[in-house]
Formats: sequence, structure tokens, C-alpha cells
Amino acid sequence: MSLKKMALAGAALSFMSAPVFAADCGPSGQSIRILASDFPAIHAVAGTAEANCGAAAAEFKRNHTTEAREIMNASLTPDPAEYTSVIVANSTLVQLMNDGLVRPLNDYVKKYGAHLQPNQLITIDGDVMAIAFMANSQHLYSRTDILERVGISKVPATYEEVLDAAEKIRAAGIMEHPLVMNLKVGWNLGEVFNKLYLAHGGTFFKPGSAEVTIANDKGLAALAMMKRLADYANPDHLTHESNDTQGLWEAGEAALGIMWGSRGGVILDDEGSTAEVTGNTVLSGAPTAAGGSTPAATLWWDGITIAKNVPDAEAEATFAALVSGLTSEMVMAHNDDAVWLIDGFKPGPAAAGVAATARGGAKSYPMFPQMGILHNTLGVELADFVKGAESAEQALADVEAAYNIAAKEKGFLN
Amino acid sequence: MTHRSFFWFILPTLTAMLLFIALPIVSVFIQSLYVGHEQVLVVSKSCDPFGCEEVTSVDTEATEALREAEPLGKFNGIDTYINRSHLAFAEVSAAWRDTENLGEFFRQIYNLRFYKALAFTLAYTIVVTPFVLLLGLAVAVGVNNLPRIFKGPTIFVSLLPMIITPLVGSLILFWMVDADGVIGATLQRIFDDNALSLKASPTLTWIMLIVYGIWHLLPFSFIVFYAGLQTVPTEVMEAAMIDGASKWERMRHVVVPHLMPLVIFVTLILLMDNFRVFEPIVGFSAEAHARSLSWIIFNDLRESGSPLYGSAGATSMMTILGVAVLLTPVLIRTWRDFNRKAH
Repeated sequence: MSLKKMALAGAALSFMSAPVFAADCGPSGQSIRILASDFPAIHAVAGTAEANCGAAAAEFKRNHTTEAREIMNASLTPDPAEYTSVIVANSTLVQLMNDGLVRPLNDYVKKYGAHLQPNQLITIDGDVMAIAFMANSQHLYSRTDILERVGISKVPATYEEVLDAAEKIRAAGIMEHPLVMNLKVGWNLGEVFNKLYLAHGGTFFKPGSAEVTIANDKGLAALAMMKRLADYANPDHLTHESNDTQGLWEAGEAALGIMWGSRGGVILDDEGSTAEVTGNTVLSGAPTAAGGSTPAATLWWDGITIAKNVPDAEAEATFAALVSGLTSEMVMAHNDDAVWLIDGFKPGPAAAGVAATARGGAKSYPMFPQMGILHNTLGVELADFVKGAESAEQALADVEAAYNIAAKEKGFLN
Repeated sequence: MTHRSFFWFILPTLTAMLLFIALPIVSVFIQSLYVGHEQVLVVSKSCDPFGCEEVTSVDTEATEALREAEPLGKFNGIDTYINRSHLAFAEVSAAWRDTENLGEFFRQIYNLRFYKALAFTLAYTIVVTPFVLLLGLAVAVGVNNLPRIFKGPTIFVSLLPMIITPLVGSLILFWMVDADGVIGATLQRIFDDNALSLKASPTLTWIMLIVYGIWHLLPFSFIVFYAGLQTVPTEVMEAAMIDGASKWERMRHVVVPHLMPLVIFVTLILLMDNFRVFEPIVGFSAEAHARSLSWIIFNDLRESGSPLYGSAGATSMMTILGVAVLLTPVLIRTWRDFNRKAH
């Protein structure tokens, strides 16, 4: 807790003391209203934007809430919209675009975005729809001291090696359940399948349609791997999400973990754990599976969007303000808050996992408009399989049947 | 009261009930008959920091046009009610046709999400309700017989489970039953089994939820019965004592009949409450092993990023129907009693 406070206080201080460089804030006297999720990296971006351009604006409001995803569509639908910008991730951009609530940013990028990297521009059919500023993904965490005790000197690079290492640790009597994974029924469980399925080379939908295609050999192989992994995880794994897995890791109760990169900084710091754990924790890329070369991960980015249903001047001022926060100076002040995609980022040990996963050629989280429905269905329907109450074939058939009904209701299938 | 004055007397209540109860239900029902418009999909190329890919996206203009034409959505009739996610008529009859024994038939039915949720919801309601009634009465009688000085504090402590918000209460217990928590670790010690986990076994999860339900609702029935006990006429009790009735006989033949209207009232409320069981499932992260009808509605509305209003509406209507079916026996009994008294 106190770390978070310190980080926030530090952030606030650095904004105040930051040299006011001449940021181009676009049209002045406008109202800038931002809706965003609530974690340090986003506070850093929005805070810098406010420090740069808050004075030039008539109003600068920030709403940081973990419920952003739940309210974003409703608050951007009216004209004028409640917010001029929403800070989104892959999946939430799709949620906004499904309802046509964000505007193309091409002209603004030309005018204000000279300092942006080309790979920060999220383009769909040539239109820039969002500006990404940070990356995230789930990847492998290893306790090298425990691996060494069972004679493994290199962190596992494939899931087969992960299973092998887990078995050795169990056999040596060091830990009965050496693995932690975010397997909580719902979003987390669905995401585990997504990652393993992509690593096996699977595709979710028939090209150009919303017809689901997961009931195949690759789906079965992904499920088989999931089950073998779950057997090495704590018996309560179906209730574990990031906070629980992080807790187990920091308590020294796990030797191998598949966790979010954004937890790296918190796990490696000197709070909430012992030096034995933090000193021997190594972050590396997401493992591959079944001899494939694609890491079992989906890559995520967070980025800024501009609402469609707001006056053009407000939109332009909001874009200029936010983009003025995406600079090397901001990154320098907040280097360890995130894996920044912005020029000037110096990856530390906490960023090693995400960087390696991206380098390894992991796929982005799929940007299909119907992906949210499939993801939710996977998270609910695969629970019976993972707890051993149903066959893999039955589980995949259940997912497809449930998906078809939900997709029909949303109009994606006829 | 003349009909005229009765009408004016009841009008505010009636209006409020119409506005806040009847209209929303009608609106949910209408919504449940519709599904979303066809989404016009186009193939496009999407690029992000990690590369480019062909994806489909929604042609918002074309979809918007469809939406303008029919704002409610596409009429679907009762199809939502009978599809696989709800009553699943087709799947149930197929299972009946294709299975050889009842066990296999029920296994297949139990794989359908609506019936799975219904099974837990009913089991929860049927077990929790009588336990809460009986234990509530027992606690009330016990407290009633306490010396005066202990009564106040005991009542206060007994009410605590109800004062705690269900979600918070279940979260606290969830942490306590963790393998590292007070209750979880103690149980592991008692049974000498390090792998014992209340969260990992379906049976133990059900028991945990049911025990929590009883714990949470007990104060309600206790306080109602305790209030009722204060009105038991002392003359009748004394007469029974003189007639030589034992404590148990007095309880059975004097106190319980006197409390009967309260028992019916508490039963009604408990049946309604328990059939809508929801918070403990979220609080205990018990979704893997126990899902209720209300949890299905929550999942449809919240988790997929795009709410399934029709599906959630259909489940809501069937929940209301389920409550009505459960209440019918109790209501029929009340109606009979009422008629008997009137004649």
C-alpha cells in the first residue's frame, strides 16, 4: 500500500517540478474529460498531460476507475459524450469500435504526433484509431534457486520444460504444487485457453466470419496442456486471479508462475516478500508449446482514443494534451511503472518478460468484434473440464454451442 | 369503507406498485422477446505495436441503419426461452431419446447451464429455508429464556451476521476458509489432510455456501420469532402448565400454533431470498462448482463486454416464475386459513 502511495506522491511531485517545456496543447479553453482505468502507468500519462495542458484548458477532468470498461460505451454514446477520451486496451477498443464511438486520429497524428513511434499507431484499414503507450502480457516467472536444487540451470522455454521442472520439484519433495497460474473461472480461465490455443497454432474464427472454429485437434491439445498444468497448481486454482497468484509467489509457495508482466515491478520490489524470493525470481518470455515457435501469450497494449460524439475543438485539444504526455521525459520519470512503447524506455528486470514475449513473436489479443463473447463462454464452459468433470471434446462442444447462441443474440451469426 | 374512498386510499400504493414493480417486469419481458440486429461485418487490416493482421470489424454505419429502423432489435418470440442456454427443449428431448438410463439422461441435462443453475438454486433454497426456520425458532426460544440481563447483548450479537453486507461477509469467510486461513488450516489439522480444500471440491463448496446462507439469514427468522414470542398469552401457557403439559408439549401445542402466521411470513420471505442466491457465489469465487439463476443473469449482463439483454431478460422472467411456483403452496395455505376464519 505505502509503496503505491509513495509512487503516487512521487508522480505528483515530479509533475510539479517538471520543467514546463512548451507543449503544443492545441485549441485553448477547451474541456478535456478523460475516462481511464486505475493503475500507476495510466496515472503517469494522464497526470503528465494535465501538468502540461491543464492550464490551457477550461476544464481538465480525469476519472480513474477499474470499472471503466463497464461504463465506457454508455458514456460515449450520447452527443455530446460524457468524456472526450477513453484510455483503452486491445479488447476495449473493439468494444468501442463495435458501436462506432471513437474517431480516426490521422490528422491529429500529423499535427501533434511527430514524437510518436510508428508502432504506437493502432491502425485499422489505414485509419489510426488509437495511440498505444504501454505493453503487457502474461509470461513465465521462475525461482532459479529452486530450479537449481533439482538440477535445472536454465529457465524453461517451453511448457514441456515447465511440466518437467514442476514434476522434478514435486518429486524432490520441495513443493507439492510448484506452479501458480491465473485460472479463476471466467475471464482468467478463458485467457489461459486463448494463450495455449494460439501457441498450438489455432485460429478462433473462420476468416471473414464470426463462425467459431476451436473444436479441433489444436483445441484438444491446448486443453490437454491446460489440464496437465492445472495438476501442478494449488488445488484452489479455479479461484486464483492475479492478486492470489502474486500472494502465493511472494509467500514463496511457488517456483514457477504464469503471471502478468505488470506484476513484475510489484513482485521484484522489497515489499511483501523475502529477499530469498525476490532475489531469485527471474522473469522470462512466455513458454512455447508442442514444438511450436509462438509463445503462449496474448500481447496487450494500452492506448488513448478520442470520442466521436464531441465537438472537434475539444477532441483536438484532448488529443494534443494526452499526446504531450507520451514523451521520453515522462518515461524517464516513470520508467519502472510499465513496459513503455515510447522512445527512451530502458527495460529493467521487471520488463524482461514482456519484452522477450513480444520478441518471440507472440500474437496480439485478437481484435475480433465477437471475441468478448467467445472469451466469456470459454471462461464459463471450460470449468467443468479443468476440474475433471467432463471430457475435452464435450467441453469444446459446449463452448461452441454456448457461443453460437450468444453470438446469434448479438447478431454476429444468423 | 366505501368503494370510492377505498379507491382513493389505495391509489398511491397502486401507482407506485405499477410504476416500480409491474412496468419494469413488463419491460424486461418485452426485451426478452428480442435479439440484437445482424452485425454487418467487414474484413479489415489491423496494425498494432506487435504486427498487422486481417480481422473482421463491424460496419457501424450499416449496423446503425438497421438499429434506427428497429430500435428494440429483431423479434425472436420465445426462441430465447427455449434455446440451449435456457430451457433447451431440443437438447432435453434429444437426451431423452438418445440415453439408455436415467443417470445418463440427468448427466446430460446437468451439462446444460440453465438446469445446472436451477439444480443448485433449488438445492440451496430447499436446504437453507427449513434450517433457518427451525434454528431461528430454537435461538428465539433460547434467548427468550435467558435472564433479563443477558438478553440485550445476546440479541445484538445474534443480529451481527445480518448487519454485515452479504458480499463482505462472504469475502471474509472466503479468506478464513482458505488453506492458509483460520478455518481452512484448522480443518486440515483436524482431518490430518494437507490437500483438504473447501474451495476445490464441489460438495464442500455447496456445503460451505449453504452453511453461509444459514448463518446469514438466521438473525432474520430469529428476530421475527423472538418478537412473536413476546405475544404468547401467559394465561394459555399457565393453563397448559396446570394441565400438566411438559415444556416440549407447551412448545408444540401452544407456542408454535400461536406463531404460525409468522412462520408463514418468514417462509415466504426466505423462499424468495434464497431462490435469488447470488452474492455468496461471487464472494466465495464458487463459480466453478455452483452457479445460480441470478449468477447466470449477472454473467450475461456483465462479463462479455456486450450485454446479452434478451438472454438475461429470459432468465429473469423464469426466476420470477420459479419464485411464484415455490410460493404457491404457502399462499394456498394462507388463502385457506383466511377463508376458514372468514366463515
